[in-house]
Amino acid sequence: MNAMLAFIRRVANLCSKELRVILKDPASRVLLFVPALLQSLMFGYAATLDLREAPYALLDQDHGPAAVQLVANVEGSGVFRRVATLDNERDIASVVDAGKVLFVLHIAPRFEQRLSAGEDTPVQVILDARNSTTAGTASGYLGAIVSRFNTDWRTGHGGADAPLTMDVRAWYNPNLETRWFMMSSMIAVLSMLQTLMLTALSVAREREQGTFDQLLVTPCTPTEIMIGKSVPSIFVGLVQSTLVLLIATLWFHIPMAGSLVTLYTGLLVFTVACVGIGLAISSLAVNMQQAMLYTFVLMMPLVLLSGMTTPIANMPTAMQWLTTINPARYAIHLVQRVYLEGVGLGTVIADIVPLLIIAAVTLPFSAWLFRHRLV
Amino acid sequence: MNGGFWRRLLALTRKEVKQLLRDRSNLMMGIALPLVLILIFGYGLSFDVKNAPVAVVMEDHSPTANDMIAGLRLSPYLAPTVVDSMHDAENLMLARKVDAILRLPSDFSRRLGLGDAHVQLILHGADANTSRTIQGYVQSALAQSTVVQADRSGDTPSPAVGSVHLEQRLWFNEANTSTWFLVPGLIVLITTLVGAFLTALVMAREWERGTLEALFVTPVRPLEILLAKIIPYFGVGMIGLLMCLVAARFLFDVPIYGSLWLILLVSVFYLFVALGIGLLISAVTKNQFTASQLALVTSFMPALMLSGFIYDLRNMPLAVQVVGRVLPATHYMEVLKSLFLAGNLWPVILKNCVILIGYAVVVLAAARMKTRKLLE
Repeated sequence: MNAMLAFIRRVANLCSKELRVILKDPASRVLLFVPALLQSLMFGYAATLDLREAPYALLDQDHGPAAVQLVANVEGSGVFRRVATLDNERDIASVVDAGKVLFVLHIAPRFEQRLSAGEDTPVQVILDARNSTTAGTASGYLGAIVSRFNTDWRTGHGGADAPLTMDVRAWYNPNLETRWFMMSSMIAVLSMLQTLMLTALSVAREREQGTFDQLLVTPCTPTEIMIGKSVPSIFVGLVQSTLVLLIATLWFHIPMAGSLVTLYTGLLVFTVACVGIGLAISSLAVNMQQAMLYTFVLMMPLVLLSGMTTPIANMPTAMQWLTTINPARYAIHLVQRVYLEGVGLGTVIADIVPLLIIAAVTLPFSAWLFRHRLV
Repeated sequence: MNGGFWRRLLALTRKEVKQLLRDRSNLMMGIALPLVLILIFGYGLSFDVKNAPVAVVMEDHSPTANDMIAGLRLSPYLAPTVVDSMHDAENLMLARKVDAILRLPSDFSRRLGLGDAHVQLILHGADANTSRTIQGYVQSALAQSTVVQADRSGDTPSPAVGSVHLEQRLWFNEANTSTWFLVPGLIVLITTLVGAFLTALVMAREWERGTLEALFVTPVRPLEILLAKIIPYFGVGMIGLLMCLVAARFLFDVPIYGSLWLILLVSVFYLFVALGIGLLISAVTKNQFTASQLALVTSFMPALMLSGFIYDLRNMPLAVQVVGRVLPATHYMEVLKSLFLAGNLWPVILKNCVILIGYAVVVLAAARMKTRKLLE
């Protein structure tokens, strides 16, 4: 019983010391929270694949009422904004080349005439596909606009209604906003960077400054030292997640469908797994610079292969296998399922178990490395 | 410049190169990270949806309905699975085994004959971009089937009424693959990483340990110290860049329409900007942790998120666009993408080069000032 109490006391002392090290320096205090705040706000706005007032140029060589109607449909959608009106085909290259417009809508002469004659009439779009995602999205929108125009035209000119109508509904994100996806991913990922970095630096810093040897002469065991190093990082990571969560719900008004208890259970396990990785880096690195570089080199694949930037299902099979050891992958999946879909603990257990396994491998491994390196 | 300058510069540079080569972690950042990133970006990341799982609920078992679904099977982008009931489909969606549900109601073929059929498409909206892409694919596959069926039955609904079809031409990316725009963007990231992040880290370490002050008491001048720091990292940055270029050309068949020399030239300009930012950050913070965080927040993350690399600047709210426009990475990205995919577009090249040179001069001068002030 006494041994237990002494253990808790030593760990608590170590924790408070570590927390003080992190929060002592005003610059690092600011750096712990302000970047998370700024980045989640900024990226909440920036990270969108939805088009809003995307610039386009019009080359209308017909000027008939049908052409005017088509243009009105394009502009009435709020998706596209005309920034240039061209007079001839020679001008197309210069506006597209300069990146001033996403596409040029080219309505050829005799548009109205051919349409009225009942012909299948082409209208040309020249898309700047330097960013193929944006180009694809724009072309999707345009396709929908043209098919709506066709329906109106057909019914307005004595034709039958379109034979087939598709009623589309989106679950979990009714307006299909990219931001919902991004912000929920960031609840997990934004804190990962700092959790890893803080833990990785903590031991490396002591080693570089020579205070690690002092720690060793204290009655603390390596396990206690490890716990003392982990708890503050876990705490900081969870606070950062909370910050992003607050911005998502209060600022961007993304409705939280699931339970906070489930969400935090998942986040806690994820942060522990990250701390495990951070500690392993920390025991491998000789100095702070190495710890930082190793963290960073590891960080990039962890984020890129997490499903946040591009879906895992689009990756080649080998890469998909590789993602099974990536904690960020499970964390993003888990947060999205809880946040957007509102699933319970029973469902996300499938994501929690791999995270627990990662923690169960990395933590003892780094403890072993500690001891190994002490001798 | 007298002979002393060159002699001292050479000696200092030699020392820096040795220091760089001594620590494996530095080289890992400079060489291994670009390699890993090239592989991930070239093979791993793709916005192009392929074989998206779609549950199809056929409440109508007529040949017409079957023909309709055959159209979906032909699409390389969709992987339809026919399920027995809406209930089964919903379960698949709840387990996220499928990305969408397409439902053909029992009166589908009867109403299609009347020219008024409805199908229902339910999307799993969590990943909005993928959902929208799938919607487009289903829509066009169904439209195709409708046309085929109309042709087969021989009676187009109303031959006298015309319709408009969209004729698309994709400029600069005929293959329409995301690899083509991801790889040039990767060069921007790697140059930023090596230039700003690595340099800030290494310099901050010297400030923190006081080894820079030790150098100040020798006859070397701050300019020489800075130049000697820049040269090895410039070399590492160029190695990363060349690896990317080779990979782009030979591994991923990304076309390089513009001049290779121009690509190298603008990269040199941007590398100077990035190196300058790294030096400046370290001189301001003089602390490894703070410097690394600052480098991350001011150079790397914006280069990833706000430069038009993945997310098109033109879709962002004005305030965010302004931030993006101010970043040097955005200008490098713009000129690089054009050089790769569009060719030597002189107005784009000249405008962005002038901006990059301007940044390089300002940032390097500021780094120089910051370093001198400390000497006094």
